[in-house]
Amino acid sequence: MAAITGDVFAAPVLPKWIAPVLLLAFAYGVVPLFGSSYLFEAILLPFLALSLAGVGLNILTGYAGQVSLGSAAFMAAGAFAAYNFNLRIESLPLVGSIVLAGFVAAAIGIVFGLPSLRLKGFYLAVSTLAAQFFVQWALTKFSWFSNNSASGVIDAPRLSIGGFALDGAVGRYLFALTVVSILTFLAYRLVSSQTGRNFIAIRDNETAARIIGIPVLKTKLLAFAISSFIIGVAGVIWAFAYLRTVEPDGFDLDRSFQILFIIIIGGLASIRGAFFGAALIVVFPLGLSRLGGFLLGDVFDSGVLDMSQRIVLGALIILFLILEPDGLVALWDRVRRRLLFAWQST
Amino acid sequence: MPLASYALGVMEASVYAPEVFARGLPAGAQPENATTAVPAAHAAAPLLSLQGIGLSFGGVVALADIDLSVRPCEIRAIIGPNGAGKSSLINVISGVYRPDRGQVRLAGAGYTQVPTQRLAHLGVARTFQNLALFKGLSVLDNVASGLAYRVRSNFAGQVLGIGRSRGERRDALSRTDQILEFLDLAAVRDRLAGTLPYGLQKRVELARALVAQPRLLLLDEPMAGMTASEKSEMADFVRAARDRFFTTVVLIEHDVGVVMGLSDRIAVLDYGRKIADGAPDEVRNDQRVIDAYLGVASDNEALSQDEGRAGI
Repeated sequence: MAAITGDVFAAPVLPKWIAPVLLLAFAYGVVPLFGSSYLFEAILLPFLALSLAGVGLNILTGYAGQVSLGSAAFMAAGAFAAYNFNLRIESLPLVGSIVLAGFVAAAIGIVFGLPSLRLKGFYLAVSTLAAQFFVQWALTKFSWFSNNSASGVIDAPRLSIGGFALDGAVGRYLFALTVVSILTFLAYRLVSSQTGRNFIAIRDNETAARIIGIPVLKTKLLAFAISSFIIGVAGVIWAFAYLRTVEPDGFDLDRSFQILFIIIIGGLASIRGAFFGAALIVVFPLGLSRLGGFLLGDVFDSGVLDMSQRIVLGALIILFLILEPDGLVALWDRVRRRLLFAWQST
Repeated sequence: MPLASYALGVMEASVYAPEVFARGLPAGAQPENATTAVPAAHAAAPLLSLQGIGLSFGGVVALADIDLSVRPCEIRAIIGPNGAGKSSLINVISGVYRPDRGQVRLAGAGYTQVPTQRLAHLGVARTFQNLALFKGLSVLDNVASGLAYRVRSNFAGQVLGIGRSRGERRDALSRTDQILEFLDLAAVRDRLAGTLPYGLQKRVELARALVAQPRLLLLDEPMAGMTASEKSEMADFVRAARDRFFTTVVLIEHDVGVVMGLSDRIAVLDYGRKIADGAPDEVRNDQRVIDAYLGVASDNEALSQDEGRAGI
C-alpha cells in the first residue's frame, strides 16, 4: 500500500515530525481558546474517540490484514472495564483504570483472535462477529457489569487526574487529546518497528512469512491484542469523555461498521488515514444536515437525513474502493505533491 | 547476541569475508579450492537427503519413492516436464507439504515433516515459483525480513526503542545493505517491492533468502518468465552466492540450457519418479531423459539450444 511510504515522498522540504508537532501545538494551544462548546461536544470529542478506534483497527486490519467486525465489542469491553475498575477499586487513579481497561479489551481481543489462526478474510470477519454479539449480550445479561442499574444506562464517573477535575468540554477535550496523542505516537512507532513489518509480511504473504521464520501465530495474536487495547481505550474516551454515559447499546454492530468504514475511507495501513476517515464520518452527517436544511427546508427532516446519510455514505465507500483504494490519505498526498510541484516550478 | 548456534561467531563478520562462512564443509576442504573444486565436497556427508519420499493428492501421485542426496556446497538442479512433481518436492523439503511416506534428512536430523516455522533456524531458505514478496514493504525491509527469525526483542522494546531492539535493527540493516550491494539491488533499496519489474522482484526474493546466509537454499524456478539476458544474470548471481557464502543450492528450472551450465548435478523427474540423476553430461546423454523429457533428438549438441529456445 502506497500509504505506508506516502510520508517519504510527500514532504521533500520539511522533516516528517514538523506537521504533527504543529498540529498538536494548534490543538493544544489554539483550539481550547476559540472553540465553542458545540465544536468540542459534537465534533472534536467523537472525532478523537473514533480516530483512536480507527488507529486500533488499522493495526489489525490495515497492517496485519486480519479483517475484524468486532471493534465496537472491544470499545464496550474497554468502557465497561474502566467503569468497573473505577467503581470497585477506590484507590485506583483514572489513568490506572484506563490502562487496566485496555488490558481487559486486549485479553478479549486475544480470545476472539484465536479463530484467525485457522480462518482468513471473509470467514474471519464473520467469526469476529461472535465477539460483537457475545460482548453485547454479556453486558446486557449480567447486570453486575452496569452495577445493577435498572435501565442499564449508567453515568460515567467524573474525569479527574491528580485531583484536577476535567469536567468541562475543554477539559474532556484536552484529556481525550492527550490519550489519543500518546497512543497514536506509540502506534506509529509500532508500525515502523520490526513487529509492524512482521504484521505487513503476514498480511502480504502468510506462507512466505512463515517460511522465513516470522512467528505467524504469535504475531497475529499480538496484532489482535494491541489493536483491542487501543480500541478499548477509545471506548473509554467514547463513554467517559464524549457521551458521559456507559451503555451497551451504543456499541452495536453499526459502530463496528462505522470504524471499518473509517479506515477504508481514510486509508488502510496508514495511521493518518484513521484521522482522515474519522473526520469525514463525524463531520459529514453534520454537513449533510446543514446542506439539506438549506436546500430543501422543512422537507429535510431527521428521517430523510438519516436515509440520505446512509445512501451517500454507501456511495462514498463504493467510490473509494473503486477509485482510491488507498483512501483519503493517498488523495491528500497526491494533492499536496501537485501543489508543492506547482509551487516549486513557479 | 541471540543466534542460531550454527552461526555462532559468524554474525559479526562481514559478508565479504567468505572464509568465515565456510561452514558445513569437511574439515579438509579449504575455502579457496572449495569454490572451484566441487570434488572436495564429494567425500562429505550429504547436507540434505530424501529417502523414499512419496506424496499423493487424492488419487494423483505427485511423488513416488524419490531418493535424492545433496552434498554441501553443490548446485543441484531438479528438472522435469510440467507436473513432474518438482515443486511438490521443494514443498516437501521446506515442510509446506507433509509426505505420505519417507523421510527428509537435513544436516543429520531426520524429519517426516520438516518444521516450517523452524526452517530459518535450521539454515534453510527458499524462494517461490510465483513471487512471494511483501508488496507493502520496501525492498530493504523485504530483504531485512529474512532476518526476522533472529529478532529477540519484543514489541514493547521496539516501540520504546530500548533493549536490544536498536542493535538488532542496526545489525539487520548493515547485513541487508551488504546483500543488496552484492546482488546489485542498492539502487532500488527504498522502492516498494510491488512496484519493481518482474526480474528485479525475483532477485529481491533471492536477496531475502540469502540475507540470513542459509546453509541450504531452495530456488523454485528462479528464472521463470525471464528474458535470456536476465536468466544468465540470475545464473551468475546464484553461482556467485554459492561461491561467496558456500550455500548449497537446490533449484528447479525449466530452461535446460541454463541448468546444464549452472548445475553440478541434475536430477530428472517425470510423473513423480526420478528417472535420471547425475552430472549434466550424463543426464544430457541419458536415453530415458531424452525420451521422457527432452523429446527425441538425434543431435545432442543442438539439443540444449533447441530446448533453451523452446523454453521447456
